[in-house]
Amino acid sequence: MNKIWLIIKREYLTRVRKKSFLVTTILIPLLIFGLMTSMIVLSLKSEQKQTIAVLDDSGFFKHKLDTSSESYSFKYVDRMQGESNKQLIERTKSDILLHVFPFNGMDADSILLYKEGGVSLSAKSYIGDELNTQYQIRLLESAGIDKVQIDSINSRSLQMKSYDLENNKETNSEIASSIGYAMGFLIYIIIFIYGAGVMRGVMEEKTNRIAEVIVSSVKPFQLMMGKIIGIGLVGLTQFIMWGVLMLILQLALPLLIPGLGESMHTGMPMSPDVQTAMQSIDENDKMKIYNAIMDQNWGMILSCFLFYFLGGYFLYAAMFAAVGSLVNEDPQEAQQLTIPITMPIIFGFIIMATSVKDPNSSLSIFGSLFPLTSPIVMMARIPYGVPLWQLILSMVFLVLGFVLMTWLSAKIYRTGILLYGKKVSWKEIIKWMRYS
Amino acid sequence: MKFTYPISLPFIKKLCCFILLKSIFVYQERVMLELQHLKKYYATQKAVDDISLTIREGSIFGLLGPNGAGKSSLLRMVTGITMPDEGKIMMGGEAFDPVKHSRYIGYMPEERGLYKKMKIGEQTLYLAQLKGLSKIESMQKIKYWFDKLDMNSWWNKKVEDLSKGMSQKLQFVTTVIHDPKLLILDEPFSGLDPVNSEVIKNEIFELAQKGTTILFSTHRMEQVEEICEDIALVHQGKVILNGSVVEIKQQFKENKFRLETDQALNHFDELIIDQKNTTYTFQYKEPENAKQVLGYCLSHDIQILNYQELLPSLNDIFIRKVEGSAARTFSINS
Repeated sequence: MNKIWLIIKREYLTRVRKKSFLVTTILIPLLIFGLMTSMIVLSLKSEQKQTIAVLDDSGFFKHKLDTSSESYSFKYVDRMQGESNKQLIERTKSDILLHVFPFNGMDADSILLYKEGGVSLSAKSYIGDELNTQYQIRLLESAGIDKVQIDSINSRSLQMKSYDLENNKETNSEIASSIGYAMGFLIYIIIFIYGAGVMRGVMEEKTNRIAEVIVSSVKPFQLMMGKIIGIGLVGLTQFIMWGVLMLILQLALPLLIPGLGESMHTGMPMSPDVQTAMQSIDENDKMKIYNAIMDQNWGMILSCFLFYFLGGYFLYAAMFAAVGSLVNEDPQEAQQLTIPITMPIIFGFIIMATSVKDPNSSLSIFGSLFPLTSPIVMMARIPYGVPLWQLILSMVFLVLGFVLMTWLSAKIYRTGILLYGKKVSWKEIIKWMRYS
Repeated sequence: MKFTYPISLPFIKKLCCFILLKSIFVYQERVMLELQHLKKYYATQKAVDDISLTIREGSIFGLLGPNGAGKSSLLRMVTGITMPDEGKIMMGGEAFDPVKHSRYIGYMPEERGLYKKMKIGEQTLYLAQLKGLSKIESMQKIKYWFDKLDMNSWWNKKVEDLSKGMSQKLQFVTTVIHDPKLLILDEPFSGLDPVNSEVIKNEIFELAQKGTTILFSTHRMEQVEEICEDIALVHQGKVILNGSVVEIKQQFKENKFRLETDQALNHFDELIIDQKNTTYTFQYKEPENAKQVLGYCLSHDIQILNYQELLPSLNDIFIRKVEGSAARTFSINS
């Protein structure tokens, strides 16, 4: 036990003391934050307004296109004798020329847009929306329906509330799905980054030939576990530091840039569902969402996160260690050997992406029970509420999976680290697993 | 009528044997390591095929053999890194237990290895502590060895900044830092320059004098002759020769003698196989020959300047044995 402790200490300290650790730990939150704030600052600043010159030969839109948005405004113009499109734009000091020919409705050639350097997608869609709105109004009017009536119908919609029968409270699936997505994604990232870290560590010890020296003092299993635990602790340290840093930045930012705090909330990265949901709600609803977030069972979510973080990490780290022990100097070999490990992680991620929408489909339930995918998939389901038996079963499977994988990996590892310059076939590896 | 002894004859025999063995045991040095019918198989070959060896405490034991003979596989089993498929290892009279005995073993693998990015002081301390030394003990030992081999200025350097010879020296220090009772060195002199080779050789002698048992492997015979007391010659996973260097040389002597005289002999033409001026090489055919030759010299007033037996070098014996067994396998195959 004492020896494992020594190994853990070395693995931890050599990594934490590195300059690169400090740099990534401090730089990454700063980078994310800088990116977010710059995005917000940019979106706050209004873009230069573009003027659209309307040349309406059809007379259909006469004096109808009078709306103007933050970015666009319309202006009716006439063409002078022998004037080209370009000259027209220059003379009227506009940016885009919208030329409407007399049309029968269905012809794409009857409405044309010109702009120097091409028409942007947003301009095209804005103009298209405006034209279509006017077009539809005209059609409705000709059918004898009043515009005021249509507006009042359009503004009405039915509201829904959903309830969780088990906990007998209101649920908010948008919030649950975004929390689930974030948690699942975090575990996915953790497994990849730190699992690969374990693999690199093992490869380094093998290529440096220090492994043979160490295993003459300690058991290979101790060396492997010491490394896995040490790197796991590095990951935990990094996450805690990130969390603290993000919190400090989040609190400090509104003080630095006044008026930014409000828009921070809408600027946060969220799943598309939430973004659309948020766009269509007023202040009152914002309060509701805030309550819904606070209403989540955070104790449950965070303790499950810790469990699946550790379980997932240990399960995969052992496998990465086994792969690392098989690799010789060739990094391509490593890539090939990691495929069987990365496949289930990616599958887990794919299942997770569907689970945040449909947490109780049979695929989601399978994914959240199967130990190779459960750390990622289960995290996506937990905010929705998971039946206790499934949660316990999933945890038991994960622990069993971890024990089994570590046991098998240790067998591969102890042979692999001493095998120099030889490419190993899968047949041999399976033989090692069966071996005593 | 049959006469019966009060004590049966077999019993007396047993008793005599026991007393005899006991007396041998008391007078002989203790056994450090005993390998009994060790076997280790890999997928396609028998790396170690039924090897039994006894290594006396405090002796320097050389394991010889060509590359791929199974030396490293054998040493890895003795260090507890791998387990034998069959057979038993006894250490100091008890069954070998890697966890318990690793404290008493120092092992330097053929492929040298250290953490390249780690500082030398820290690394030595780490490896010493992994052997079970406390921090204080480790620091004392490090100080002793760093002083002894003039390495104190290295403390804050990284291994990647050391020259090859220097890192070999460091490797040796990390191997002996915990005062192992059994020191196992796999090809300790490979890649060493003559100066460092001499340094390490002297340290090995010194450790042996202090009672450390040293087991090392090499494929260079001249080193073995210089350093070892006992040797085992390994070929294709089997021990084909085992014993003390002196005994083995005696066993393989060819009754060749060299005689240097002050004047020509003009006799014994049938015994002389080589002649340079008045230095003759004899191949005796029977024990009487020595008497005849020397007697002739004395009676004819020929002065003997030098007379010595020509023993085969281990290299010759090695090649003869390996070629012999290679020829055998060849003839079996063909």
